[in-house]
Amino acid sequence: MADWRPSASLSALRRRAEVLARIRRFFEYRGVMEVDTPVLSVATATDLHVASFSTCDQGTTPYLPLYLHTSPEFPMKRLLAAGTGPIYQICKVFRSGERGRWHNPEFTLLEWYRPGFDHHALMDEMDTLLAEILDCSPAVRLSYAEIFLQNAGADPHQASAAELRERAVLLGIGEVPHRDSLDRDGWLDLLLTHRIAPTLGQDGRPTFVYDYPASQAALAQIRPGPPAVAERFEVYLGGVELANGFHELRDSQEQRQRFEADRTHRSQLGLPRVPLDERLLDALDYGLPGCAGVALGIDRLLMAIIGATTIDEVMAFPLDRA
Amino acid sequence: MANFSTNEIKAGLKVRVDGDPCVILENEYVKPGKGQAFNRIRIRNLKTQRVIERTYKSGDVLEGADVVDMQLQYLYNDGSLWYFMDQETFEQHAADEAAVGDTIKWVKEQDICNVTLYNGIPLIISPPNQVVLRVMETDPGLRGDTTSGGSKPATLETGAVVRVPLFVGINDLIKVDTRTAEYISRVKE
Repeated sequence: MADWRPSASLSALRRRAEVLARIRRFFEYRGVMEVDTPVLSVATATDLHVASFSTCDQGTTPYLPLYLHTSPEFPMKRLLAAGTGPIYQICKVFRSGERGRWHNPEFTLLEWYRPGFDHHALMDEMDTLLAEILDCSPAVRLSYAEIFLQNAGADPHQASAAELRERAVLLGIGEVPHRDSLDRDGWLDLLLTHRIAPTLGQDGRPTFVYDYPASQAALAQIRPGPPAVAERFEVYLGGVELANGFHELRDSQEQRQRFEADRTHRSQLGLPRVPLDERLLDALDYGLPGCAGVALGIDRLLMAIIGATTIDEVMAFPLDRA
Repeated sequence: MANFSTNEIKAGLKVRVDGDPCVILENEYVKPGKGQAFNRIRIRNLKTQRVIERTYKSGDVLEGADVVDMQLQYLYNDGSLWYFMDQETFEQHAADEAAVGDTIKWVKEQDICNVTLYNGIPLIISPPNQVVLRVMETDPGLRGDTTSGGSKPATLETGAVVRVPLFVGINDLIKVDTRTAEYISRVKE
């Protein structure tokens, strides 16, 4: 067995080091401060489709339950509320159960926040960063509604779950067992991953998709409609999602309601109960400056740069060798 | 039979889909960062040999299929069934026409075949990739002509017909690739 060896070539690892150095230069030049927040936290993400690793500190009685962060978003927002100004972080994040050609449960994120920006201004900066690192053309920008109308013939803000399911069947992806277990957002995700995403970001030109359904707002502001949309964007290259950004929600009451709604939904689905991040809510109460933030997957960015077909080609030791 | 969650499913695993035994060819995990995860699975139906693609919600469970491969010795055909024997336990397994299909024409009595059993019953009979069989019938051999590219049909002892070079004669032993039905070489006794 040669499992002790890295799965990435040494030249891929050198590319990785170069890209990280370029990203740090990019932000240093722009006056964005690098920060370093905890990987271990007493609270974690409540998202239905993000599973946290949990552990505990055995130095306390009773043991203190802790979670490995799934993104550094909560502590970075606390820093913004404390007045840091623009900040970025490059760190390892952890998502349980995510393993495949494009996934490893432990991966590297670049996350940055820009006070005074909305999601469009942050897309401009993302475009500049990608052009510098990938040497690519400026991104194509399409709304979530446009990509669905063009590629799936459905209005993602209006269509019912039954109509979306019908589109999936017509497009030849209807053979999903337990059909009734997918809700409206599940069918949107199915159409997006199977028929729409593969068409995005082709010919070396990234696609930015913006203005998501309000039901998929996560931590983004919702702009009243009709239709109400979440001020959120994703970056696609070669059919693969590279980044997710928000014009950040600042209202602590609404944030608490969204966390609680997630928790109710989690318990209905039999998913683990997770604690709310009260310190984040306190920081929002104190006042988060108007800002936009985005998280970019460094491993997938490297895959695009070296033309890799699996994430294992760009990381030294994926889960199977960790 | 054990059940398998979509994230335990690897190429080669045997599962039941729509009641039929299938083998997994590929399992791809797709997930939007904030959304529902899916597993896109390519499978071959072992009965029909058709390859299909299925999408499951990650975490869905597939029923395992009791499919095992065994090396069994072909004994005889009684007119409707073909009998194979486990050489260690002497247990016999009867295969029907659907299981032996066209491939039985490469197999003679005493030969060892790979037999895929589904719930203990032969599902597919696979002869060795190469077999040595005697030529029973062909046009007279052109002695010494080992270079000209011509060929002619030859009927083998099992009834199979293959194209052979002109120099091959009746009673010769020849080696054949059963996957392509092509002549490979003449074999000395």
